[in-house]
Amino acid sequence: MSIGLEHFLTVGALLFSLGLAVSLSKRNAIGVLMGVELMLNAVNLTLIAFSRFSISERPISGQTFVVFVITVAAAEAAVALALAVSVFRNRETVDVDQINLLRS
Amino acid sequence: MEGFGVTVAFWILAALTLVSAGGVMVSRNLMHAVLFLITTFIGIAGFFVLLSADFIAMAQVIIYVGAIAVLILFAILLTPQARRDNGETKFAAPATLLAVCLAAVFLFVVHDTDWKTVGEDSIPATGAAELGEALLSTWVLPFELASILLTAALVGSIMLTRTREEEAEDAVA
Repeated sequence: MSIGLEHFLTVGALLFSLGLAVSLSKRNAIGVLMGVELMLNAVNLTLIAFSRFSISERPISGQTFVVFVITVAAAEAAVALALAVSVFRNRETVDVDQINLLRS
Repeated sequence: MEGFGVTVAFWILAALTLVSAGGVMVSRNLMHAVLFLITTFIGIAGFFVLLSADFIAMAQVIIYVGAIAVLILFAILLTPQARRDNGETKFAAPATLLAVCLAAVFLFVVHDTDWKTVGEDSIPATGAAELGEALLSTWVLPFELASILLTAALVGSIMLTRTREEEAEDAVA
């Protein structure tokens, strides 16, 4: 049985759904961030799979997109974790259901 | 992609990636969840090698496994009194339901669409040399914007994590 585009897209879809479940259901803010990283990785896998299998004038464009996704993911992780540390200093918790200062 | 080795590699990587992504979901300890996340990143890097994206695979190992995973570990260690458990909020059941529905839609679309793919004999030229040429010719403006974004994120995260004493010292100086 040969491995085709569908196989990689299936893995990407399952990984994205798992990441969505993690990021929506975790209580710890760092756990939520781990879910976001899983989703970004699933998207990268899908982009690379299309770049490898699609009929295209310039197949390298998919990989170029992945380079920018990785860059933005690194910036996002740095800022989000800095925010988590900063919230912890002020509130002694990083649980997303405890951080409700704006609720009256 | 034909070949026994490719098939075996794909199924091993798929099992590794999805099982450890499931481990991020079910593990109760946040440290174990990070270790499962690292295993997922390594599995994805293996997929990139399988898809002949050599530079991206190296970048994945260096940036995700080397930098982002260490950053997450440091963030856990810097929040020492926060709870280490990786529990769920009350939205866990609807979130899981939503994720299952989304997975069903994705799988239906993936398997129902008649994808136009390249033949077996024509592997597109997607090496590091082509990627570098594309980044510095067609995509040079986004490339420079990415460097500005990284600088802003660097400065921003340093500003966010300073303590009050450090801010007071800087105000005097």
